Amino acid sequence: MHTRVALCFPDTYEIGMSNIGLRILYAIANDMPGVWCERVFAPWGDMEEEMRRDGIPLYALESGDPVFMFDIIAFSLGYEMAYTSVLNMLDLAGVPIRASDRTALTPLVVAGGTCAYNPEPMADFIDLFIIGEGEEVNSELITAYAEARDAGLTKEEFLRRAAKIPGIYVPGLYDVKYNEDGTIASIEPREGAPYPVVKRIAEDFERAPYPVKTIIPTTEVVHDRTALELFRGCVRGCRFCQAGFAYRPVRARSPELLAEQAREALAFSGYEELALLSLSTSDYRHLGPLCDALLDYCTPRKVSLSLPSLRADNFSVELMEKVQAVRKTGLTFAPEAGSQRLRDVINKNVTEEDLLNTCRIAFEGGWSAVKLYFMLGLPTETDEDVLAIAELAEKVLQVWKKHAKNKNRGVRITVSTSCFIPKPHTPFQWAAQVPRDEYRRRVELLRGAIKSRAITYNWHDPETSYIEAVLSRGDRRLGAVLERVQKNGGKLEAWEEYFSFDRWMEAFRACGLDPDFYALRERSEDEVFPWSVTSVGVSRAFFRREWEAALGGAVTPDCRVQCTGCGAAALLKGGRRCDE
Amino acid sequence: MSRHRLLFTKTGRAVYISHLDLMRTFQRAFARASLPLRHTEGFNPHPVMNFALPLSVGTASVCELMDFDLLAEPLPEDTEKRLNDALPEGVRVLKAYDSERRFSEIKWVCVSVRLEYDKGLPRDLTARLRALYEREEALVPKRTKKGTADFNITPHIGALTILSQSDCALIFEARLSAQNPTLSPALLVQAIELYEPDLKPDFAAFTRLELLDGALETFR
Repeated sequence: MHTRVALCFPDTYEIGMSNIGLRILYAIANDMPGVWCERVFAPWGDMEEEMRRDGIPLYALESGDPVFMFDIIAFSLGYEMAYTSVLNMLDLAGVPIRASDRTALTPLVVAGGTCAYNPEPMADFIDLFIIGEGEEVNSELITAYAEARDAGLTKEEFLRRAAKIPGIYVPGLYDVKYNEDGTIASIEPREGAPYPVVKRIAEDFERAPYPVKTIIPTTEVVHDRTALELFRGCVRGCRFCQAGFAYRPVRARSPELLAEQAREALAFSGYEELALLSLSTSDYRHLGPLCDALLDYCTPRKVSLSLPSLRADNFSVELMEKVQAVRKTGLTFAPEAGSQRLRDVINKNVTEEDLLNTCRIAFEGGWSAVKLYFMLGLPTETDEDVLAIAELAEKVLQVWKKHAKNKNRGVRITVSTSCFIPKPHTPFQWAAQVPRDEYRRRVELLRGAIKSRAITYNWHDPETSYIEAVLSRGDRRLGAVLERVQKNGGKLEAWEEYFSFDRWMEAFRACGLDPDFYALRERSEDEVFPWSVTSVGVSRAFFRREWEAALGGAVTPDCRVQCTGCGAAALLKGGRRCDE
Repeated sequence: MSRHRLLFTKTGRAVYISHLDLMRTFQRAFARASLPLRHTEGFNPHPVMNFALPLSVGTASVCELMDFDLLAEPLPEDTEKRLNDALPEGVRVLKAYDSERRFSEIKWVCVSVRLEYDKGLPRDLTARLRALYEREEALVPKRTKKGTADFNITPHIGALTILSQSDCALIFEARLSAQNPTLSPALLVQAIELYEPDLKPDFAAFTRLELLDGALETFR
């Protein structure tokens, strides 16, 4: 064994072990000869306290060896609110937080995941970022590291070499200059580093590794089940959705392969639930035949099938009966906006008729609980749009009254709202977030408009969304803020128990940065974004067209109706085509 | 009606698997071993599994019993091996067999209690422990479904034997009432804290050794 990799997930075991990406990358690294990859999770606060008191550094689960002994410390960045946990885990591991304080090649601290599409807030801490999907580039990186270490290269020498691997972003090789108004004047690569760094993908998704033999936790994790990944990417073009663009082009697996993977993974794991994962599962072309094949295996074994990410516009009776065949779970839909006008703005091509029709099918089929997710604060939202959410929920209730099979059981309609967060690499990357007080006013407006007791309204507090908005579109000056928040005890901030809004605001003040500048400001057309240094393969011109279409309330058809030339298809080489 | 029974151990790191997690672990182990469990009928089917005396987190055992029901009959001869190949470290099946005896016949559970003292054993520890557990009355607050009530533990303690003694640890075996009422070994340590506070150990660990019926015979 020559290279040890600590695959670190900056949240608890229960969250991290639910992550299919972590399982895939873990398996790929361990399949490499001479590489031993282990898992590391963030301990909960009580455990961390005991570890710090007894001087136990953060350790990997398989060997129990401290993380500082590893060659490569790799973090998965899936959520901005986990950034302080990354710093805290490094600190608990006894590894200097700042990349500049780690002068030796080993340990090398790297990071990847969807948040890496705007790597800048973490640029001070991470030696290099992996942009895009890790299936291929991770192995190239590990090999390059091992060669550099064996050749006695310095850290600087290695990083210059690594920057030549497509998909690798070495933040230390870029100079960022700012204008007087705080916006970025220029990002200049040095020593031949690429600009932008284009994301990597698993081009041949049919042959991309899928681990059928995975670790089965003996403690319950959040998603305690076998997960099949039907396809990557999404043919819809919801303008708020980063994943919808960041995972393009669309690449699907064949139903035959998926059924085989499911049988093998279920036999190995003994799991009693099988989840079909994708960004929009009902858009999988072979969903019917796949479900039939899976149910032949699952039904006699009492394995239930779950389909998260269903759309309200192509949900069918057949599909519902299939999901129901073993066990009945709740139905969740995300219309995202209450009025048709606003749904057109965000390009969520779901009509009220679609949604009500779907609810009718569900109620006729005996379901009695529906959850509806919405965002408040979407670009151009008016009070009418907010009130339309209440009207839509009321219409769903009327559908139940008219069509429910068994009214004695009652109905539960849950409406949830969160505060919209503009994300990099989406058409809304130019947009401003609404201020927190305005979000709260809209919550109250909606609350007052929901009259029926059969409708429950839940809303998320805007404070976390505001910090998330700052970090999502932040630049590398935010590194000082992150460092200060961690020093003041920040960690596990995706958890209410640990999130402290005041700690963040204090850190912004102390570092002389205005968070409103990042969250609440609409960007000008040609502003250099911090994330301009990376490319998801979708062109800025396409995003701009989509932003202008949004403001005009014009919808863009999904990719199956008409290719809109977003640019992502160019990532496919060797004659493959998008969504084949 | 459950037809089959497992005798298994839960030791080492597996002591941290909670009862609920252990049920899930067994459910998956049966599936991995291609031994399909019979499920209950009805709206939300669940596998038929019944544990004799659920074990507290942190307590080890070499005498756990679990009843289960398979879809196919009879019990395959290699059930133990198939399950052991599928179970995590620390959970080991010793025997799979058919039993007609009901768990309600279990009267006693023999437990070994290990008391650790970082600064060495207190003087007269064993004599004072014996005296404590032989009192007519030692009331310890016990959590019940209705709240907390004082519970007199001493009538429910049978024989007490010293198993071993070193500079910093004492291990004794106690026979405790298994059910109606259940005397958890943790209450033995709580009684020390309440009645002999200077004998309070720095750490206590428990292992279930054996299950006995009312006639003090091994229960299987």
